[in-house]
Amino acid sequence: MKRAIRMFAALAAAASLAPGAPAIADEPLKVAFVYVGPIGDHGWSYQHDAGRKAVEKEFGDKVKTTFVENVSEGPDAERVIAQLAQGGNKLIFTTSFGFMNPTIKVASRFPGVKFEHATGFKTAKNVSIYNARFYEGRYVIGQIAAKMSKSGTIGYIASFPIPEVVMGINAAYLGAKSINPNIKIKTIWVSSWFDPGKEADAAKALVDQGADVLMQHTDSPAAMKLAEERGIYAFGQASDMKTFGPKAQLTSIVDDWNYYYIDRVKAVMDGSWATKDTWDGLKQKMVEIAPYGPAVPDDVKALADATKEKIISGELHPFTGPLAKQDGTPWLKDGEKASDKDLLSMNFFVQGVEGSLPK
Amino acid sequence: MFRLVPRKEPNRAMLYATPFLAVALTIVAGFLLFGALGKDPLHALFLIFLKPLTDFNSLAEMLVKATPLVLIATGLAIGFRAGVWNIGAEGQFTIGAITGGSVALAAYPDGGPLLLPLMAVAGALGGMAWAAIPAFLRTRFNASEILVSLMLVYVATLLLSFLVHGALRDPEGFNFPESRLFQEDAHVPALIPDTRAHIGFLVALFAVAAAYVYLERLILGFQVKVLGQAPRAARFAGYSEKRIVWTCFMISGALAGVAGLFEAAGPVGQLVPSLPVGYGFTAIIVAFLGRLHPVGILFAGLLMALTYIGGETAQIEMSLPSATTSVFQGMLLFFLLATDVLVNFRVARTAKPLATPSGAAPKLKPAE
Amino acid sequence: MDLVLNILLGVVVAATPLVFASIGELVAEKSGVLNLGVEGMMIIGAVAAFAATVGSGSYIVGILVGALAGATMAFLFGALTLTLMSNQVACGLALTLFGLGLSALIGQAYSGISLPQFPRVDIPLLTDIPFIGPLVFGQDALVYLSFALVAGVGWFLTRTRAGLILRAVGENHEAAHGIGYPVVAIRYLAVMFGGACAGLGGAYLSLVQTPLWVEKMSAGRGWIALALVVFASWRPLRALGGAYLFGGITILQLHSQALGLKIDAQILSMLPYLATIVVLVVISRDRMKMKLNAPSCLGKVFYATS
Repeated sequence: MKRAIRMFAALAAAASLAPGAPAIADEPLKVAFVYVGPIGDHGWSYQHDAGRKAVEKEFGDKVKTTFVENVSEGPDAERVIAQLAQGGNKLIFTTSFGFMNPTIKVASRFPGVKFEHATGFKTAKNVSIYNARFYEGRYVIGQIAAKMSKSGTIGYIASFPIPEVVMGINAAYLGAKSINPNIKIKTIWVSSWFDPGKEADAAKALVDQGADVLMQHTDSPAAMKLAEERGIYAFGQASDMKTFGPKAQLTSIVDDWNYYYIDRVKAVMDGSWATKDTWDGLKQKMVEIAPYGPAVPDDVKALADATKEKIISGELHPFTGPLAKQDGTPWLKDGEKASDKDLLSMNFFVQGVEGSLPK
Repeated sequence: MFRLVPRKEPNRAMLYATPFLAVALTIVAGFLLFGALGKDPLHALFLIFLKPLTDFNSLAEMLVKATPLVLIATGLAIGFRAGVWNIGAEGQFTIGAITGGSVALAAYPDGGPLLLPLMAVAGALGGMAWAAIPAFLRTRFNASEILVSLMLVYVATLLLSFLVHGALRDPEGFNFPESRLFQEDAHVPALIPDTRAHIGFLVALFAVAAAYVYLERLILGFQVKVLGQAPRAARFAGYSEKRIVWTCFMISGALAGVAGLFEAAGPVGQLVPSLPVGYGFTAIIVAFLGRLHPVGILFAGLLMALTYIGGETAQIEMSLPSATTSVFQGMLLFFLLATDVLVNFRVARTAKPLATPSGAAPKLKPAE
Repeated sequence: MDLVLNILLGVVVAATPLVFASIGELVAEKSGVLNLGVEGMMIIGAVAAFAATVGSGSYIVGILVGALAGATMAFLFGALTLTLMSNQVACGLALTLFGLGLSALIGQAYSGISLPQFPRVDIPLLTDIPFIGPLVFGQDALVYLSFALVAGVGWFLTRTRAGLILRAVGENHEAAHGIGYPVVAIRYLAVMFGGACAGLGGAYLSLVQTPLWVEKMSAGRGWIALALVVFASWRPLRALGGAYLFGGITILQLHSQALGLKIDAQILSMLPYLATIVVLVVISRDRMKMKLNAPSCLGKVFYATS
């Protein structure tokens, strides 16, 4: 038994020390993508897969891409990532927050492979992180929502109270408040990124309680379908969801990962890849506002476009003082803009948002 | 026409042959299924059943997967033999991970050589406490242990989610619902360096051996078997059903709890809401596939682990949905149960009326 | 008032799949067969109904195919447990695993497709009555079917000869066989009826509730249906009540969040499961009472000796 273990150990050591075969020039670069949902979610994973397709289109037979969908953020994630690394992929994108620790662990075992983790905060020599400034887009749709809402209540379907999501709710609220100081936002936490049944039930509950515009930070089009059915408005998430709500969709915050993925693949190809922390927004077009729906009147379109331009030019920052936290403690002084560090660790609602963060 | 005639004694040869027959039939059915779905059946079967065996890391990962399956199934098998249906091992697994993991988190950042054993004990106790609920309700109020243990799976999963959203959440984790990574001393040591295979597998082997001794050599183990096969005889002989129900639940609860702790402190290294991935249910198949015999369970656990790893390989290489694995697991159990009939019955022609064998319904001996 | 109405409408939608699945299982259990594969039959019903509706463009075809798919799964279960006399608990689990996996394989091609809203009944004048109108006369056809099924099963079990025979088979299969009733055939029918009902419940999920196909969308409802049968102590009307109670708690939990009540979602979600355990204990503690309703042969293997 002992001997067998020792033999195993020796084999393992040999396997891990064996240098990767030197890349031959014509051999395609293998790039892999790990998705948390199905590529058919028409939301988050769908857009990342669009980025993968853009990479294939750009580089043709110089790359070979692989993707794995529906990877749960649990014990299996690490093995999937490791298996991809072992399978000769030289660049691996892991596209959900919950893949952070598994990505870091696998990265330390495969120093020759580059990793890109979306929305996390841990980097390493071979791990870059990237994310989009969704809050910029959410501020814009907050304004549209306030203009379009008759009841003065916006419904928000949220996933997990991580800074990214909290930031989005705050930004949407501040945008809405800039139009209608009495606006209300009601939030339901569904504790899932993708659960159409639960998202639909949450949307129903919000509408029943008076919300007539829905926003979501979850990935399925279930809420959009419900809005269409009930004759109210909703915003798409991550991708253009107008097929699910041709009348209901006001617009959608679209994530565009294409250029980033192409850049990073190119960097691996020419050897210039280095650890990087990317946080792009409307300006770089990582966040985009989809074409407006038929219900949006021209003056609202003009307002939204103007706000978007101001954010791009830097004239407007959604989080500009004076701002206080929900409990009244001051946060930003008059004219002060929130630092990226503050945003990335945001764990409080701003003053005026109703409800509480799940504890 | 054919009809089934009970055998006087369970057929030994069939007892050992049917698992292999079931695997073979599963492969044939899988072949047809993939063909019908327009996927290359040969390639898919190769990826699921053979590819993982050719690769060192996959072999190590098989041990990772087999560890909780063997641990849980060993405990369940003892209960199944006695006709005690604990099908909520998934919940006991989850609670074991919570109680064991909490010990590490409470001690954080301190460690020491005693930490891990303490965690394992806490995990076992947690699993036992959760299993005590259906045991108590069954023995005291006659409530079906199947349904109670099952309902408690959902409660346990929600409890884990509740705790990692709150009390056990990583204070430096930006509010994401997961605990902090356990300290170094709280990690289960690796069995094979540079892989995730951990010494939990040795514990599983030990459990298999202990269960063997228990069932074959000890009085209580004998009572367990009798209660399952002939409840009336057992009562007549004065065996306490209460005592046996409790014993079965405590053993299976403890093993499931330890398995949960090993999962949290081994491959995962923290508490996450998606920690329970169905081992508690798959272990039921493992128990049956292994003929409710500890040694059989060991092999069945490894086979089941193979289908997991292979299913993932097929998912990566052929973009088959991850659920393909459960199709195979379901079919495997179907075929095993279907072929099981050959152990207790023989097929006979019914050309002329058969002389009915003496005795009423056959003794359905749970396979050994 | 509107809020109350809307909550009640939401409860109906949440409860209906549970009504279908539990009433079907109730009949199967009354005949003496414990089929733990409800979850698997439900999810297969959901994917089959969705695929058939997308393919044919007809909801009626979709619903029928959903029911048929559920019954086919149940037939498989019957073949194993009734003809081959396998263990019912293990077979039920296998059925669930198999169903979850197979549905994902079949459904791969259907993710991301959406169907139009399922039509609701609209009776002029009646549906326009405030409050009561939409609640009583404005539901979709499947909701009425679910009520009709409950009433029908209740009548069948207690008022018809066939129902009496079915119960006799579940009560004492040896005796029923002795009198000359075809025990196995009756059980096949009961189990397949249960499968068809579970399939309908699944169809309701994918055609009405979301309406989308999503992997694992049954999300444990089949198991809840099983618990409901015991909760109802094998009485159809009580199963209906239990399903609405369960649906009600699910919906109220979301509403309390939107109202800003500080109750943890997880704790609220535990309530239905805990309630089931409590009811189980209450009805089980009195062995005599339990015996009156629980089929004595539930889960036992039947072998015809002559």
